Amino acid sequence: MDITTDPQKPAAAPVPHQPPAKDAERAARGATRPGDRIFLGLSRGSGILVLAIMAAIAAFLTYRAWLAISEDEANFFTSFEWNPSGTPPEFGIAVLAFGTIVSSIIAMAIAVPISVGIALFITHYAPRKLGGAIAYVIDLLAAVPSIVYGLWGALFLVPHMDGLFGWLDEYLGWTGIFEWSGGAPRSLLTVGILLAIMILPIITNVSREVFRQVPRMHEEAALALGATRWEVIRMSVIPFGRSGIISASMLGLGRALGETMAVAMVLSPTFDINASLLDPGGGTFAQNIASKFNEATVMGRDALIASGLVLFVITLLVNGGARMIIARRKEYSGANA
Amino acid sequence: MSHATLTPKSRSSLRGATLPKWFPWAVAAGATAAGLGISAAAGLNSSIQWALIAVVLFVGGTYAISARIEGGRQAKDRVATSMVWVAFLLALIPLLSLIWETVKQGVKVLDGYFLTHSMGVVADSEPGGGIYHAILGTLEQVGLATLFSVPVGVLTAIYLVEYGRGRLAKAVTFFVDVMTGIPSIVAGLFILSLWVLILDMGPSGIAGSFALCILMIPVVVRSTEEMLKLVPNELREASLALGVPKWRTILKVVLPTSIGGIVTGVMLAVARITGETAPVLLLVWGTDFINANPFQDPQESLPMYIYLQYNAGSDPAYDRAWAAALTLIAFIMILNLVARGIARWKAPKTGR
Repeated sequence: MDITTDPQKPAAAPVPHQPPAKDAERAARGATRPGDRIFLGLSRGSGILVLAIMAAIAAFLTYRAWLAISEDEANFFTSFEWNPSGTPPEFGIAVLAFGTIVSSIIAMAIAVPISVGIALFITHYAPRKLGGAIAYVIDLLAAVPSIVYGLWGALFLVPHMDGLFGWLDEYLGWTGIFEWSGGAPRSLLTVGILLAIMILPIITNVSREVFRQVPRMHEEAALALGATRWEVIRMSVIPFGRSGIISASMLGLGRALGETMAVAMVLSPTFDINASLLDPGGGTFAQNIASKFNEATVMGRDALIASGLVLFVITLLVNGGARMIIARRKEYSGANA
Repeated sequence: MSHATLTPKSRSSLRGATLPKWFPWAVAAGATAAGLGISAAAGLNSSIQWALIAVVLFVGGTYAISARIEGGRQAKDRVATSMVWVAFLLALIPLLSLIWETVKQGVKVLDGYFLTHSMGVVADSEPGGGIYHAILGTLEQVGLATLFSVPVGVLTAIYLVEYGRGRLAKAVTFFVDVMTGIPSIVAGLFILSLWVLILDMGPSGIAGSFALCILMIPVVVRSTEEMLKLVPNELREASLALGVPKWRTILKVVLPTSIGGIVTGVMLAVARITGETAPVLLLVWGTDFINANPFQDPQESLPMYIYLQYNAGSDPAYDRAWAAALTLIAFIMILNLVARGIARWKAPKTGR
C-alpha cells in the first residue's frame, strides 16, 4: 500500500525526493510506529514459529531415529525382524512398508473411483437441492474421528466380512492373492476397505470443489454440439478437473498412510509378509507404533520413532506433491480465466 | 440446469428413438428381482452377492437395451449415469451404517450416570462406570491446545495476508500446507522425543496438548487466511486513508469483519483435534481415575477411553465404548453445525 500514514509528515506537504528510499519502503510496509513494529514482529514471529516447528519435528525425529538405527544390527530397510530391545537389537521396516503400501493401494483403488462418482453425482447428476444436502452430509462425515471408524470397523465391519472373504476365496482363491485360511477377517484387505471408507469424504469434497469450478462455457459448448451428459463430463469436466482429482487423491493417500487407530483396532498384526490379502500378514507404520508403544523400552521407542520418521518423510512427499499440483493448477486456471 | 435444454418434452422426428423416463427404474427393479431370484435359486445367502448380481444385471441390461433402441452413445451415457448412482449408493451404505450403528449401540448405556462417573473402581468386565474423567481430560487438553494454537495460527494468517510478501511468506504458506498433512502419530512422536525422551518429563495432559497444537495450528492458519482474504480491500484503504495505523486497522477493521469466519475455522479445528487418539495414546497414556490436573500424571480423553474400552474386550466394555463414541460424535457434530451456522450468519458480504 502506498499510503504514508505518519502524522508527523502530513501528505499535504510533500517534499520531493526527501524521504530516503529505505524509509519510504518501511512506511509502505506500515512498520514505522512502535505499535506497527510490535504487531509486525508478533505476526512474523508466529510465521517463523511454524517453520521452526517443522524444522524441529524433522530434527528431533532424525536425532532419535539416528540413535536407534546406529545400534540396529539388522538392515533397517530390508529386515523382517522387529526386536529393538533384544541383544543385539534387530529391527527393520520391510513388513511395515509392505503393509502400509498394500493397504493404501487397496484403499485408493476403491475410494478414488467411488469418490469421483459421488462428486460427479453431486455436481452434475443430482437435483440441485439434493446435491447440496449430500455435500453437507459428506462434509460432516469427514469430521467423524478415526477412532469411531475403528470401533465400527472392528465391531461391525469385521464380523460382516466373512461372507465377502468366503466368496473371494471360492472364486478368486486360485490367484493366491485372495486365498483365505478361514481366520478372523482382520487382514490387510479389511483394513484397505475401512481406509477407503474413511478417505471417501475428503476425496469427494476436494473433487467436488474442482468440478464446480469447471467453466460453464466449456460444458455448454459441448452440450450445444450435441454431446450427451457423459460426453460432456468426459470432454470438459474430467480434463479440467484431472489435476484436481490427482491432488485430492494424494491428500486422501496421505491420510490413509498415516491412519493409526482404525488400523490398530482392525488389523491383527503379524510381523510377516503374506502373499494373500485375506490372511493375517503385515502391519502399517502408524499401527505398529500404536500397538508396540506400551511395552517398548527406550530403545524400542527410538526404533518406533525411526519408523515414524520414514512415515513422516513419505507423507511429506505425498502432501507436498499434492500441494504443488494444486498450486500449478491455480496459476494455470488463473491465466485461463 | 442446462442439461434440461437437451431433452425437450416434445420429441421431434429429428431425434432418434428415446426410452421413456421410467426405463432406468424398471431395469433397476427387474435387476433387483433377478438378483434375488438367482441367489435364492443358487442358495446364496450373502446380501453382498445378490446385490452384486443385481448391479451387474442392471448395468448390463441398461447398456444392452439402450444400445439396441437408442444407439451406442446414448447407451454409454446411461451406463455412466447408472455407475454414478451406484457409486453414490455404495458409499452411502457404510457411512450410514456407521452413524446408525453408533447411535443404536451407543444409547444402551448413555445416561446421566454415565456422564458423571469415572471408571475408578469398575472392572473392565463389569457394567457401570462412566466417562466423566474422559470428558474432563478432553476438555482440558483441547482447551490448552486451543489456547496455544489460536494466537499463533491467527497471527500467522495475519502475517501471510497483511504483510507477507517474498520468500518467508511463501515458505510459511508451503509448510503450513504440508503441516496439515502430518499424521497425528508423527506429531505425537515428535513431542515424545522432545518432551519425554530428551526433557525427561512424564506423561501428562499438557504433553498431549502440545501434540494437538501441531495438528491444530495449520488448520487455524488456513481457515483464518481464507477469511482475511475475503475482507474487501476498500475497507482497509478507507481506514488507512483516515490515518489509522496499520496494526489498528487490522485489529479494529479487518479482524472484526472476518471474526465469524475465524471463529468457524477455530471451531472446526477444535472438532478435528477432539477426536485425535494417537498423540494421547503416546503422551497422556489414559487412566481410569479422575485427574483434573493437566500438568502432571496420566489423564484420560474421550477417544482414548473408546480405545481402552475396546481393548478391554468384554461386552459391557464394548457398550461403554459405543456410548463414548456416540458422545464424541455428538460433541463434534454439534461443534460443526454451530460453526457452520456462525459462518453463514456472519459471512462477510462480498457482493456475490
